[in-house]
Amino acid sequence: MNLYGSLLWQFDLLIIPMVIICAIAALTIRDLLSATVVFGAYSFLMCLLWTEMLAVDVAFTEAAVGAGVSTILMVATALHIKRKSKD
Amino acid sequence: MKRLTLFLVVLLGAYLVWTTQDLPDWGDPASPANSYLSTHYIKKAYEETSVPNLVTAVLADYRGYDTMFETVVVFCAGLAVLTILRRTKRKHKKNVKFRPQREGVDIILQNAARLMIAPMQLFALYVIAHGHHSPGGGFQGGVILGASFILLALAYDLKSTLRRFKENTVLFYSGLGVLIYAGIGVISLVLGGNFLAYAAWGGLLGISEVEAHSYGMLGVEIGVAFTVMAIMFSLYLDLASGGDLDEGL
Repeated sequence: MNLYGSLLWQFDLLIIPMVIICAIAALTIRDLLSATVVFGAYSFLMCLLWTEMLAVDVAFTEAAVGAGVSTILMVATALHIKRKSKD
Repeated sequence: MKRLTLFLVVLLGAYLVWTTQDLPDWGDPASPANSYLSTHYIKKAYEETSVPNLVTAVLADYRGYDTMFETVVVFCAGLAVLTILRRTKRKHKKNVKFRPQREGVDIILQNAARLMIAPMQLFALYVIAHGHHSPGGGFQGGVILGASFILLALAYDLKSTLRRFKENTVLFYSGLGVLIYAGIGVISLVLGGNFLAYAAWGGLLGISEVEAHSYGMLGVEIGVAFTVMAIMFSLYLDLASGGDLDEGL
C-alpha cells in the first residue's frame, strides 16, 4: 500500500489513526450504548476516508447505513438488553 | 491461554499488514482490477447505457442479477427479524420484560424533527431519481427515506407513527420493491430480451435501446428503494419495541 499515492496523504494521516482508535475503543468500552456511539463515529470516519479515495457511492452508503440507520438499530437493541457486557 | 491468543492475533495482524505490500497501488492503472473488464465499462458504459454514473451502470445494469439478489437478501433479513422478534397476541402471551422509559415530551426534538422530515424525504427522492447521474441510488435513497420515518417514531411515539404508516403497508412495500425489480426483468423477458436486459423495453416505451437502459435502471432503483425503505423501518419497529409494537424508544 502506498500511502503517499493517495490524493491527500496528510488527511489520511489524520483520519487513519482516528479510525484505529475508534475501532479499538468500540471493542474495549463495556457500556454497550457508548460502544454503539463510538461505532457510529467509526463509520463516519470511514465515510470520510472513502470520500477522500473518490469512492463517493460507497461513502454515501456508509454515511446513510453505517453512521445513520445501523447506529439507531444498535441503540434500540442495546437499550433492550443488559447495558454492561461481561468481557 | 489469553496470552497465546493475543500472540497469535498480533502475529496474524502483522502478517496481514506485511502482505499489503503485494497489493497494487491505489489507483494504479496497471493493477489486475483495472486492466481487464473495467476498461470496457469505463470506455463503453456511457455509449451503451447513456448513464454518466459508472457505479450505477455496473450495479443496476451489467450486474443486475447481483443487485436483485442483494435486494432479496435485505428483504429476507427483514422477514427473519420479523419472524423472530414480532410478538402477536396469538404467538406470545408474555410481555416485554424491560422497556426503556420515556420521560415527558421534548418540544425542541419534536419541532426539529418536524422541520427536518420533509426535506429529508425530498432529498431521498432526489437521491433515488438521480442515482444514475450522481452518487446515490436506490439503496441510499431508500435508507434515507426509512430514516425519516424512524426519526418521526423517535421524536413522537411509535403509535402515532404507525397510524400514518401501518405495519401492513410497510410489509406491502417491502414485497412490492422486490416485485418491481423482478417484474422489470420478467417483462424484458416477455418483450424478447434476456432477463433484466433493459434494451428490450425500447420498443414498448418508444425510445432508443440505449435510453431504455437508463429508464430500466431508474425503475430498478425505485424497486430497491421501496424494499430498503420498508425493511429499515420494519427493523426499527421490531427492535425498538421488543416486538409488540406497543411503544418505541
